[in-house]
Amino acid sequence: MTQLRGYDGVVLAVPVTVPYVRHSTRPAQWWVGRALAGLAKGAGLSHRDFDGLSVASFSLAPDTTIGLTQHFGMSPRFLDFLPLGGVAGVVGLRRAARAVQAGDADVVACIAADTNTPQSFRQSLEQFSRFSQDAVYPYGSGGPNVSFALIAQAFMAATGLTRSDIAHLAIAQRANALRNPDALMKKPLSMADYMNARAIAPPIHLFDCVMPCAGAEAFLVMREATAKAQGLPFVRLTAAIERHNAYPSDPVMLRGGWARDVGTLWAMAGVAPGAVDLVQTYDDYPFISAMQFADLGLCTPAGLPEFLRSHDFTVTGDLPHNTSGGQLSVGQAGCAGGHLGLVEALRQLIGTAGDRQVTGARRALVSGFGMIAYDRGLGSGAVVLEAA
Amino acid sequence: MRKTKNPLSRTRQPLLPPAARSTDAHLLTAAAAKGRFALPCCTGCGRFAWPIPAVCPDCLSEMELRDVAADGHLIAATTAEVPADRYFRERAPWRVGFVQLGCGPQALVHLHPAAQPGDALRLTLMLDRAGQAVLHAGPQGGDMTTDPQWQHMTADPRGRQVLITDARHIAALSLAEALVKAGAVAIYAGVPEIWKPLPQRAALVSVPGLSLHPLDLTSDRSVADLARDIGGKVEILINTADLPRPGGLNGPAAQTDARAAMETVAFGLMRLARSFGPPMAARGADGPLGAVAWVNVLSVFARVHAPGLAGYAAAHAAALALSHALRAELAQGGVRLMTVLTGPTEDDWFQTFDLPKVTGKALGDAVLGGLQRGLEEVTVGDMARDLLQRLSENPKAVERAFAAGLM
Amino acid sequence: MTVLNALITALASKQVQIVDLTQTLTEDFPTIVLPPEFGQSAAVRIERISRYDAAGPAWYWNNLSFGEHTGTHFDAPAHWFTGRDIARGTTDTLPAEHMIAPACVVDCAVDCAADPDFLLTRRHLEAWEARHGRIPQGTWVLMRSDWSQRKGAAFAGLQEDGAHTPGPDAGAMRWLVEERGILGFGTETIGTDAGQGGEFTPPYPAHHYLHGAGRYGLQCLTNLHLLPATGAVLLAAPLKVLDGSGSPLRVLALVSGGDA
Repeated sequence: MTQLRGYDGVVLAVPVTVPYVRHSTRPAQWWVGRALAGLAKGAGLSHRDFDGLSVASFSLAPDTTIGLTQHFGMSPRFLDFLPLGGVAGVVGLRRAARAVQAGDADVVACIAADTNTPQSFRQSLEQFSRFSQDAVYPYGSGGPNVSFALIAQAFMAATGLTRSDIAHLAIAQRANALRNPDALMKKPLSMADYMNARAIAPPIHLFDCVMPCAGAEAFLVMREATAKAQGLPFVRLTAAIERHNAYPSDPVMLRGGWARDVGTLWAMAGVAPGAVDLVQTYDDYPFISAMQFADLGLCTPAGLPEFLRSHDFTVTGDLPHNTSGGQLSVGQAGCAGGHLGLVEALRQLIGTAGDRQVTGARRALVSGFGMIAYDRGLGSGAVVLEAA
Repeated sequence: MRKTKNPLSRTRQPLLPPAARSTDAHLLTAAAAKGRFALPCCTGCGRFAWPIPAVCPDCLSEMELRDVAADGHLIAATTAEVPADRYFRERAPWRVGFVQLGCGPQALVHLHPAAQPGDALRLTLMLDRAGQAVLHAGPQGGDMTTDPQWQHMTADPRGRQVLITDARHIAALSLAEALVKAGAVAIYAGVPEIWKPLPQRAALVSVPGLSLHPLDLTSDRSVADLARDIGGKVEILINTADLPRPGGLNGPAAQTDARAAMETVAFGLMRLARSFGPPMAARGADGPLGAVAWVNVLSVFARVHAPGLAGYAAAHAAALALSHALRAELAQGGVRLMTVLTGPTEDDWFQTFDLPKVTGKALGDAVLGGLQRGLEEVTVGDMARDLLQRLSENPKAVERAFAAGLM
Repeated sequence: MTVLNALITALASKQVQIVDLTQTLTEDFPTIVLPPEFGQSAAVRIERISRYDAAGPAWYWNNLSFGEHTGTHFDAPAHWFTGRDIARGTTDTLPAEHMIAPACVVDCAVDCAADPDFLLTRRHLEAWEARHGRIPQGTWVLMRSDWSQRKGAAFAGLQEDGAHTPGPDAGAMRWLVEERGILGFGTETIGTDAGQGGEFTPPYPAHHYLHGAGRYGLQCLTNLHLLPATGAVLLAAPLKVLDGSGSPLRVLALVSGGDA
């Protein structure tokens, strides 16, 4: 095997969230523009000073990133277009990191943005992938809720997890969200609320589902020297893994790609598995967060029920998880779901998380996941970030 | 007991399930149309794949459809309580399952209510209401007709009203009897030239629920008038119009016979389509027993053109062509058009033809079976199957064999 | 006053009345049925082109198609093989003078009601002459059977062994043509011959003798019960179709006011 190269000298800075709204009449291009403005203001630079532009979006058509260069008057040396859902954050970060490390770019703006209208959900389902069009959508058109319900059923049977175990994650995230003024969900969530909620596709019920919305998340990737010269608080990238269609022979998805490369992740990070102060998992469904805990080495699959019952996942607990509320309580702005965790972890590690700041946060695990083109999420990735 | 609809209620408009499919996926449509269970298989390594890929995921060779055993077992099941698509939303909750197919891949299926995770399943490749191929699964050895989702996709005559357009057809009586036995509540039987004697009259009127109606398919007015009376009641239309007059191009009455056959078989179908098509398409979602199927009983010689049946074959070929236009129209209302190609029947006019001929009972049973399975293409009789097989292998060989009198 | 003026005056004052002897031409009117191996006559078809609609906003018109021998129709000599060599034997060539001619009406209604296979014989006709006088040369002889009151299957009279409708026997026809020189023979049934006429000797004797002598046939007449036994004048002008063997037509009778 080739010697793995670390991400020495690569840092993240300037966490930006453009507050989410349920429905927006603005196009995705506008949401990208707002994020870009936030990055420029936060960096004390003009956006034209960014010489790398990485954009993740599902609703930018007919544009891709290159069209945006003219929208925003930029002349970048590095471009990336990532319609990859919740894995786009990790994938985009890895590519931007190598570009700045090699000197192909100096400051890369990593932005995820999507708009949302009442038609958006159905339209995006109809055209999601060739396999989905041929072999999923014609079967009840239940969308990812149905596809993940089938995975959930198998995963719960295999691990012994019950709905009340999984409830702990959703309940703690909602408590975290109540400290986040930008979260779209404002009401507390009790165990009774979660258990009695209407079924969407059993065993998926209402509070297992994210709320699709419009919004944007963004951060900058640069070399440490650049951040210091600009006087910007920053965070180091110490490890990153990425794997797609990890287990093609598994009949049903009981594990994601993280399980294949988890050893590499913690070896690169130079710490024991789970030796972090906070975890941001990709929470399109809380049971997928549970799967990430197991696959990223924080517990075993059979140990999940006990793991979920015995930890306090709030920002004041022993394992702060999805500290802004996660997608479940903040909302899912399309492709921005995967950037949400990166931006929140960056905020926590530079100490600007306000009311929901985790005390003494020095190291974070952030995980991405996405793209159920047929019967399993194809994309997975994870990074470890360390405060400076 | 069929419940009468409140005549003041609005008729529900037909919606269709999502119909978009890749071009490769339409290979499955051809198999489902005929009731064949065949899945994508690699021509290089023999591995089965699902969904249908552009090339084999293992060895990148070409894919083809291959017949395979229709078995599997259920991995997981759920119901879509809040579907995104309007058709499914109207019929929610809709049960789906994730199946381990016996031949290797996993598939999402429409799932019978009785199937539970771990169960052994029987699978069917069938056409959904949009006319696209889908997989259905139910318990091995179970009765699929008890699944309302299966009923949505097939054309069960149970509880329905049927029009048989020509009661003089040799299969008409058998067909009527089979339909009633399968639960049809009314049979409207059309009689051309009702002023001429009807040999099977006594037997026909003794079929429960059967009524005779004048219907001359060569007359615009006759067809339109019957549609005025019963157009809003016909849920299954079975077009048995025929005028068998064997003969080549040069027989003395060949031209008059050919014209008459064209009027009856081809233009008769067009008249029926214009008068009965729109009301049937409009009732494609009219309650649980709305309009559901149109059957054209045509001769296999519509596709295999024997010189000794020149005018007859031309008329049937014309009808087959017109039926494609009709299929597209009816499809908008979710009504299936089923083409039945039959070999020569036991009608007097085929007296000198080689055996084996198709009995009225065999034809009636084939039509009924096709309706119950929701098929789109049915071939009846060994001779018809043999002719179509040869045609698909080498049309020129068929042509020359006819010319040499070998067929 | 000229004869024609007198006629017009008489019509206006109802001294002369017009009786319509024609059945309405419809699509479902029974037609002659031949063994199916032979070429069949097309049924009447009235196909709408437009009726003040998108296919023709300000007008209404139809396409008509029919066999020459459908509905109330005229048979010309060329229709039968025995008349194949008759000069001026087609509808377009036959003399116009023959299109207006006197008519005798032979009432067989009671006999036909009792027996669908009733045959009009020479003896019947001689009995008729005893009451009404000799049948003149160049007259139409119309066989009143009241068959036009029947509809559909009852009119067609088809059974397992063919049609059962009344008509003349061979002897009657030969006598009418050769001994009385009639212009033509008319019936209320589908044909000038009886339903079982194919079994006679010669087969179809009305067609055989009439057309062989260059004479005419009329069938599917109606309202014969409104005509006097003698004295009516028939107007029967078939369509002037090239080489026509016959055609549907309007048959009118002029009768004196008190006679009908």
